[in-house]
Amino acid sequence: MEKNVTNILVVGIGGQGVMTATEILAEAAIALGQDVKKTEVAGMAQRGGVVSSHLRFGPKVLSPQIMAGTADLLLAFESAEALRWCHYLKPGGLVLMNTAKLVPPVVNIGLYDYPDDPVAEIRARGYPVRAFDAMEIAMNLGEVKLGNTVMLGALGDHLPFPAEVLLDAIVKRFSAKKPALVELNRKAFEAGRAAAKAAGQEAVAA
Amino acid sequence: MAAVMPAPAQSRLLLSGNEAVARAVWESGVRVAAAYPGTPSTEMLEVISTYPDIYSEWSVNEKVSLEVSIGAAFAGSRAFCCMKHVGMNVASDALMTLTLTGVVGGLVIAIADDVGLSSSQNEQDSRYWGRFAHLPVFEPADSQEAYDMTKAAYDFSEKHQVPVILRMTTRINHVKALVTVGERVPHAATGFKKDTARWVMTPAGAGKRIPLMFERDKALRAEAEISPLNVIDTGRDKRVGFVSSGPAWMHVRESYPDAPTLKLGLSCPVPIEKIRAFAATVDKLVVVEEVEPLVETELKAAGIACYGKDILPRQGELAPNVLKPAVAGLLGEPVPENLTPVAKVFPRPPTMCVACPHLGVYYTLAQLKNITISGDIGCYTLGAGHPWNALDTTISMGASMGIALGLDKGRSEADANNRILAVIGDSTFLHMGMQGLLDIVYNKGNVTVLLLDNRAVGMTGGQDNPGNGRDIHGDPAPRVDFAKLVESLGVKKERIHVVDPYQLPVLFKTIREEIKIPEVSVIITDQPCVLIDDYKKQKPYEVIDDKCTGCGNCVDVGCPAIHVMRREKVIKPSGKEVELQFVQIETSACTGCTLCVQPCAPGAIVHADTTKPIRLIRH
Ligand SMILES: Cc1ncc(C[n+]2csc(CCOP(=O)(O)OP(=O)(O)O)c2C)c(N)n1
Ligand code: SF4
Ligand code: SF4
Ligand code: SF4
Repeated sequence: MEKNVTNILVVGIGGQGVMTATEILAEAAIALGQDVKKTEVAGMAQRGGVVSSHLRFGPKVLSPQIMAGTADLLLAFESAEALRWCHYLKPGGLVLMNTAKLVPPVVNIGLYDYPDDPVAEIRARGYPVRAFDAMEIAMNLGEVKLGNTVMLGALGDHLPFPAEVLLDAIVKRFSAKKPALVELNRKAFEAGRAAAKAAGQEAVAA
Repeated sequence: MAAVMPAPAQSRLLLSGNEAVARAVWESGVRVAAAYPGTPSTEMLEVISTYPDIYSEWSVNEKVSLEVSIGAAFAGSRAFCCMKHVGMNVASDALMTLTLTGVVGGLVIAIADDVGLSSSQNEQDSRYWGRFAHLPVFEPADSQEAYDMTKAAYDFSEKHQVPVILRMTTRINHVKALVTVGERVPHAATGFKKDTARWVMTPAGAGKRIPLMFERDKALRAEAEISPLNVIDTGRDKRVGFVSSGPAWMHVRESYPDAPTLKLGLSCPVPIEKIRAFAATVDKLVVVEEVEPLVETELKAAGIACYGKDILPRQGELAPNVLKPAVAGLLGEPVPENLTPVAKVFPRPPTMCVACPHLGVYYTLAQLKNITISGDIGCYTLGAGHPWNALDTTISMGASMGIALGLDKGRSEADANNRILAVIGDSTFLHMGMQGLLDIVYNKGNVTVLLLDNRAVGMTGGQDNPGNGRDIHGDPAPRVDFAKLVESLGVKKERIHVVDPYQLPVLFKTIREEIKIPEVSVIITDQPCVLIDDYKKQKPYEVIDDKCTGCGNCVDVGCPAIHVMRREKVIKPSGKEVELQFVQIETSACTGCTLCVQPCAPGAIVHADTTKPIRLIRH
């Protein structure tokens, strides 16, 4: 792997907006003049399957795929997915995760169990975790769909560039598509940022 | 999607391989583009259809899409056709003779190989078609190359009057990367010039064209030797040199940045002499190609020693995590540990959508005994999974018909009373199923056909098709009447039923009656895919806890909005142990289709209070 390339893995399940979030992150990196590649493993994603979106950016990116053990950051939209993918992180790499648990039909009908405590399991493997309830934060702002921006906000202080660059990419996207939502998204971004910060302090205290 | 269209020349855009090809097709002055949807190729034509100066169409199958493109290229227009890998199996009859006539207007055929099987019934290597049909194959490695090579392919196609295969893989089609785009250069059609000796392939005509094809082979080989698409990077570390193509080359560069590489952009015909010279500059030569050992075999036949599939897998992607351990072994270096998941987490197989019209069909089929269900390809293939387990075979598009007839005619004595059913979607029926049904009728088969007309190509994202009366732009188009169509194929009028798949009692009764009758019947369901505009949501339902007896009937529907919240084992008076399942409905997702309401005997499922949506996300 070349140096100077940042690897971010964004995971969740189909319909959660994982790919859109990664695309906005990609736009932020492009705005800084970086080379960018983004790739998904999303077999039949729109039907509740696993989605993992790889984003790599730096002066020059070759392979679009992140190798297991080399991701700088893992942004997980769902708890069990964070656990499924944490081995992609480099040793000590940070997990930013939503505490939501989306239970699939195979668990519903009793074929498999949902892991008891994904956060604890990930921590037990030596990865620092900042976990927060993105859905609740979004609902408190009055719109479930803001969950996506909350997740991106959580990433804000952990990127190799200022959080404002990412916020600008979000604002740019919404200004074009839904200008009425720009302010709400700003709030959601800041709320996500604050949640990740608070989760970090909790983790230290615990 | 729309952003690709208006972007001015010299813009630097984040484009998927599919979007990049679409932009290049437009810039190349293409006038006609045709395809049948198929992952991962679908978005190429979807984007092309947004350019008003290109005639574009969803064809009924890949063979027809290729034929439309051939006709346009015969008329001297630039033409484009794309498909997923298995599509070329369908189109290959046309391809194998097209190679004899060649083309006038440039023709590029993009074939998307689903390396890694993200959503396909098999894994094929489309570079074989280049060998089989004596056609040049271009292999881009990322979006920019997909764009550049598409444009280069049109000039190449016209120079040699030969169609060009653009071989892509999922890892190009669906990867987004930066592309610098240019301007459209229009190409007027030169017009169709009658030439029986060239365009009418009779045995005598074809016999005269075959030697010309061999002549062309020679010219293509010479081109490959000098093509700027075949690039050498001399590298510093000469212990191993790599010959590679497509995304695999990116993985090689990523894993061995100092190694010499020869990247094949024009990979068929293989530039043997160029590779021979390259091989002489390195200690060991490794061919890294996805999927089959095609280049490797040709190099070995030419006496060039190399490694390939003896150290690398013959299936799936050759990403750095696969490549590095394999090559480390060759170099005598310590093999890096391949990191595997730290925890066992349940799988998340794809599910049918909440309220999908197929749910009622599978709920019903799951209750019937002594049946064999010949399945087909589409969302309804998921009926093979839980909780229905009601689909017994799937091979290729349209195959449910012929296989059902074969199961009928080839049945064993023990299966004399077994009933044979076939399940097929509307788009699949129009693609390749009609002929199979005609065969069942003509040969007096005893098959009950379920034709699931959901007015869309659901599996690939809900595209329009001749069954829903809309063309690729969403404009009105003539619509197939399935009942009339199957009647004119010879199915008796009284054996044809059109049924609402949300009416479980009617559906059950119709299927049960028809499977008893020893002749072909067709049961057509007529409710739309929930992803398309035709679908109208109804008021959602919720479960009244106190009334739920835990019988689990609603769980058997398989709607993802129904969640089991609690299980309880109880011993029945008969002494039999049963597990009760107490449920809740995620009312924010429920669209009120009533499928779960109908089998709920205690009436525990009632309309929900929409002011307080239930979201069953746990914390
Ligand atoms: C030869 C071939 N072409 C294309 C595909 C991709 N593909 C899979 S299923 C399908 C069509 C599904 O439509 P339909 O039969 O209407 O069923 P639905 O998914 O709507 O239930 C397509 C295009 C394929 N598997 N094989
Ligand atoms: S896309 Fe349409 S046909 Fe496919 S599962 Fe969803 S509702 Fe059913
Ligand atoms: S069908 Fe009715 S009673 Fe049975 S589990 Fe479902 S809601 Fe409960
Ligand atoms: S009514 Fe029942 S089956 Fe239909 S969408 Fe709602 S929960 Fe699903």
